[in-house]
Amino acid sequence: MNPSAKAPWPCESLAAAGTRRSELTRIKRFRAPRQNDAVCHARRTPPSMFTATDLACSRGERRLFDRLNFTLGSGEWLHVKGENGCGKTTLLRTLIGLAPPDNGAIRWRGADIREHAEDYRRAFVYLGHQPGLKEDLTPLENLRLSLALDGFACNAATLLAALRRMGLQGREDLPVRHLSAGQKRRVLLARLLLRPAQLWLLDEPLNALDASAVALLGMLITDHLSAGGMAVLTSHQPLPLAPGREVVL
Amino acid sequence: MSLPGRPPGEQIPLVDAARSAKGAPWIVNAALVSLRRDLLLAARRRSEVLTALFFFVVVVSLFPLAIGPEPALLRRIGPGALWVAALLATLLGLPRLFAADHADGTLEQMALSPQPFALQMAGKVAAHWLLCGLPLVLLAPLLGLQFGLDGDAQGVLMLSLLIGTPLLSLIGAIGAALTLGVRGGGVLLSLLVLPLYIPALVFGAGSVEAEAAGLGVRGHLSVLGAMLALAVFFAPWATTAAVRVALE
Repeated sequence: MNPSAKAPWPCESLAAAGTRRSELTRIKRFRAPRQNDAVCHARRTPPSMFTATDLACSRGERRLFDRLNFTLGSGEWLHVKGENGCGKTTLLRTLIGLAPPDNGAIRWRGADIREHAEDYRRAFVYLGHQPGLKEDLTPLENLRLSLALDGFACNAATLLAALRRMGLQGREDLPVRHLSAGQKRRVLLARLLLRPAQLWLLDEPLNALDASAVALLGMLITDHLSAGGMAVLTSHQPLPLAPGREVVL
Repeated sequence: MSLPGRPPGEQIPLVDAARSAKGAPWIVNAALVSLRRDLLLAARRRSEVLTALFFFVVVVSLFPLAIGPEPALLRRIGPGALWVAALLATLLGLPRLFAADHADGTLEQMALSPQPFALQMAGKVAAHWLLCGLPLVLLAPLLGLQFGLDGDAQGVLMLSLLIGTPLLSLIGAIGAALTLGVRGGGVLLSLLVLPLYIPALVFGAGSVEAEAAGLGVRGHLSVLGAMLALAVFFAPWATTAAVRVALE
C-alpha cells in the first residue's frame, strides 16, 4: 500500500480500501516510522513543503514583524519564539488564513493557501488559545462533533480510546464545564490523535498541561514528525522535542 | 529515541478506525452536521429556547388584556399583534446564534474546516428556525383564539408565518453576524434588523387582512415567498462573509 499523494493518512486509505481486517493490520504497521517514505515522496509527489516568503503583519498602526521567511519540509517543525505581544498568535492566525498578511505569500505544496483554501484546510489542524469546546457537551460529543464538522466520521470505540490515551478515562460522559483547565486541553489534544492532518499548528500547546501531559504531547509530536508530518508551535517553555527550526519575532 | 514517560513497546496509533465521511453527499452533510450540533446544544439548554416561546405567548396575551373585550377591534388587530410578537421573539434568540460559538472558539474551528462554511452557517440558521420559528407557527392558532380569529383567518395566519419566520431567521442571521464581537451588540442588532423586517411584516400581516376583506391572499403570500426564495440563496453567503470579517 502506498501513501496517497494528497493525504498520506491511514483514514483516507481505509475509506478507499473498506474496513477489511487485513487492511487494518497492514495500516497499523504502515503508521510506524518508515525509512523509505521520504524516498517515495520525492519520486512521486511534489515536495510537501510549507513556505512563507517575505511575510509582514501589523496590528493597527504597529508593525509586528516583516520580511519573515521560512520553509518547512516533511518531518520538520518550527518553533516560533518571542516576548509577550510580539505577534506569535498573529503569525499563526495568518498562517491558517484567518487574517490576511500585509505583505508576502504563504504556500502549501507550492500553491497559495488563499487560492487553494479547501485543500489547505484539509491538510492542517489548528489549536488556538480559545478552548474550542462546548461546555455543555461531554468530551466524547465534543470530539465527535469537531471531527464531523471537518468531514470525518469516527466510531465511539476509537473516540474512547483516544480520550483514554489522553488520560481522560472516566471523564468521557461528564460535561466539559466540570473538567479542569488541563483536562480541557487534553480533550483538545485527543483531536490531534484522530484528525488526519499533515500540518499541526499549535498555539501555546503546553498551557495548563502537567508534566505527564507535556511528555505525552512531546511523544505525539515526535511520532507525527517521524511519520512525515510538520508542526508549527509557539511556546515559552522548552518542548520535549528534538531541536527544530526556529523563528524569533 | 527515549523520552520520559513512554513505556517500552507502547503503541501510538489510534487513527485506524477513523474514516472519511465523504460517502454521504458532502454538501448536505456539512449543513446537517451543524444543524444537528445546534439542536443537541439547544437540548442541553432548553430554558433558552423556552424563554423565547414564553415571551411570544406573553406579549400576544398582553394585547387583549390592554384593549379590552371588543371582538371587532380584537379581530382587526389580531394578525398584526401576532406578527409583531413573532418578530420580537425571533429577535430574542438572534444574539445567541453566533455569540456563544464565537466566545469559545468553535466558530473559528468551523471557519477552518474543509467543509463549505456557508453551508455550515445555513445549517445553523435552519436550527434557529426549527427552535425559534416553527414553534411560533404551531402556537399561533391557539393564541389567535384570544383575538376571535375565525378558521380561514387562522389558516392564512399560519401559512403566512410558515413562510415568514424562515425569512426572519435568515435576515436576522446577517444582522447577528454583522454585530458579532461588537460591544452592546444586542441593541445594535435590533436597530439593524427590525427595519429589514418591515416588508415581511407588511405582507405577512397584510395577507390575513386581505383574506378578511375578500381580496384573496395569493398576492401577499407570493411576495412573501419570493422574498424567502431570495433570502435562502443570498442570506447564507452574506452571513458567511460577515462572520469571516468578525473572525479576522
